[in-house]
Amino acid sequence: MTREMTGAKMVVQALKDQGVDTVFGYPGGAVLPIYDEIFLQNDIRHILVRHEQGAVHAAEGYARSTGKPGVALVTSGPGATNAVTGLTDALLDSIPIVVLTGQVPTFMIGSDAFQEADTVGITRPCTKHNWLVKDTDSLAETMHEAFHVATAGRPGPVLIDIPKDVQFASGTYAAPKPSTSHYQPVLKGDLEEITELVAAMETAKKPVFYTGGGVINSGPAASQLLRELVDATGFPITSTLMGLGAYPASGENWLGMLGMHGLYEANLAMHDCDLMINIGARFDDRITGRIDAFSPNSKKAHIDIDPSSINKVIRVDIPIVGDVAHVLEDILKVWKARGRKTDAASVAKWQEQIADWRKVNCLAYTNSEKTIKPQYALQRLEELTKKHDRYITTEVGQHQMWAAQYLGFEDPNRWMTSGGLGTMGYGFPASIGVQMAHPDALVINVAGEASWLMNMQEMGTAAQYRLPVKQFILNNERLGMVRQWQELLHGERYSHSWSEALPDFVKLAEAFGAKGILCSDPADLDDAIMEMINYDGPVIFDCLVEKHENCFPMIPSGKAHNEMLLGEAETQGVIDSKGSVLV
Amino acid sequence: MSALHIKKGSTRHSAYNLRPTFSDVQERHTIAVLVENEPGVLARVIGLFSGRGYNIESLTVAEVDHTGHLSRITIVTTGTPQVIEQIKAQLGRIVVVHDVHDLTVEGPSVERELAIIKVVGEGDKRVEALRLADIFRANVVDSTLNSFIFEITGAPDKIDAFADLMRPLGLVEVARTGVAALLRGD
Repeated sequence: MTREMTGAKMVVQALKDQGVDTVFGYPGGAVLPIYDEIFLQNDIRHILVRHEQGAVHAAEGYARSTGKPGVALVTSGPGATNAVTGLTDALLDSIPIVVLTGQVPTFMIGSDAFQEADTVGITRPCTKHNWLVKDTDSLAETMHEAFHVATAGRPGPVLIDIPKDVQFASGTYAAPKPSTSHYQPVLKGDLEEITELVAAMETAKKPVFYTGGGVINSGPAASQLLRELVDATGFPITSTLMGLGAYPASGENWLGMLGMHGLYEANLAMHDCDLMINIGARFDDRITGRIDAFSPNSKKAHIDIDPSSINKVIRVDIPIVGDVAHVLEDILKVWKARGRKTDAASVAKWQEQIADWRKVNCLAYTNSEKTIKPQYALQRLEELTKKHDRYITTEVGQHQMWAAQYLGFEDPNRWMTSGGLGTMGYGFPASIGVQMAHPDALVINVAGEASWLMNMQEMGTAAQYRLPVKQFILNNERLGMVRQWQELLHGERYSHSWSEALPDFVKLAEAFGAKGILCSDPADLDDAIMEMINYDGPVIFDCLVEKHENCFPMIPSGKAHNEMLLGEAETQGVIDSKGSVLV
Repeated sequence: MSALHIKKGSTRHSAYNLRPTFSDVQERHTIAVLVENEPGVLARVIGLFSGRGYNIESLTVAEVDHTGHLSRITIVTTGTPQVIEQIKAQLGRIVVVHDVHDLTVEGPSVERELAIIKVVGEGDKRVEALRLADIFRANVVDSTLNSFIFEITGAPDKIDAFADLMRPLGLVEVARTGVAALLRGD
């Protein structure tokens, strides 16, 4: 069915036809016609953020917690450039979002017009794909194609730049139809490779599943199939930061997160295994540590929908290009058809070895009765919130790693964090996006005070829409992770890594009409957390924690998985000059 | 979707992978990329190479299918086998890329380049330049009393050789098109 309408109306119509219910945005001169159309309808809810970066992170939070693409709408020039960090964040974490930017009218492009920027040029390297729409007749098709590209294959951010005259002009609108574009990534894995993997699984003595965000991106079926496969084989499983929740933290084969601040047992299992099955992870440098010492004796299989991930960092023996859910389904099918074989005796011995490593209790820390240890704060948060319908977002730094270590995730899409780009300021706007998608859920942003300040203007958004997001700030008055690295690498010269002139967070909350809670005594912590949970509205929880706590375990840069530092280890000189150039 | 071609290259079933993928040896590959001819497509390809630190030795681009609006980009690049594999995979994931062919692997292929070369000189040097041009089957496309512009077509090595010979004879300027290449046979 085709209809005549203006470009601006097309934008709104296409969003409706794509099933969009929420748009995060900020108006400006070059998107006024679209905002006019938004004013004239009630199907799509527009959330007015306070900064365009916030709009994009909110869209990311919405997308990660629902599996649907998130949408942001911003104006030309500064609106578009402010969106760049969010786009890059979504690109590195493979999050499907559609960002619409206004542009100066086509006849003014290239004239350095007011609020003109080469948006498609600027965002070309930080989007999966982008478009400048120069005539209204191609707008509808581009909108529909954008949603297809954002969600098909490895998801990612896309951007459509729409000049103002294209929004005003009339054209023909066509409803979405099944994509005919040539961009159709392969979903099914090669059966020959899958069979080879199954054969390797049958004989493996020390297997480990190493899973990542790809399992979550593949959808709920992938997590279900993963659980079935893990439980049926009895193989241990670890996950990257991005993949937490695909396999439940309470599951008996769960090793915990791996990587630079991963668990001892997870990293040693990776180092010593004889079969590594990578499912939807990408051998990121936070995971591998020293490449030439990475899991030296294992056969490696890699399941990834993006062919460029295969052999990018680590050479693998069994590459399988395909969608995680499709491939897992085939693995299970083949494995069952061949008689559900594993080397159960060897795997049991392997599990015993892992149990020994677990006894090291790598997350142990010295608690205090005087000051709140950040680890303790998160343990209490976990204990008091785990029965709730709970979603966690984080900022970036020590608190993020502690959250990954001490909070347990039972289901996918419950954990929103900036993994690839490491964007301080991600968590607060993301929590707003999550709360919009799940109005009745308990949404907590575990934050550090320094990260949180980076997008604190979004308090206005939380207050305006009465979004009961809980900002759980582990306030150590430090840029904790920077401070930790300065301690390890730069002779304890803490150059600019402290937070001076911090606001009074309670008064700040009150200034926005929200609730502020201050807690500095471990004895008061439980009550204070309960007060936060029970308050129906946005809360800033200022949790004053130990200022010089380091985040352990840690694989120092340039070291291998079996060279981890455990808590309170002697840390001077552990990173050599070669390692110190790594980040 | 080019994923299929790339996948073949990244499994050990391909002849390419019989060589050590992680060796340090620098290889020269000619890659043909079929892309949708839309604004910015060349920037996407070039941006990929600069953004990820890959080399471009030569690059040519032109629309080859006017009805389907497809352009063919021919890139000559160098890198270790691992880098070459990455380049092909990264090219393959650009949304407007239809196909990626590594002509060096899928070959044998025919590679041709066109160059026009200006040589300024008088007397014996001028005569010698003309004689050598004849040997290389270069054509004179412009002439004054003290200069020639030669047009030469061939593999890049042949053009290099011709340009080297012309240098002492008064070569002043060279313009080259970069390599165009096709697989042999059908």
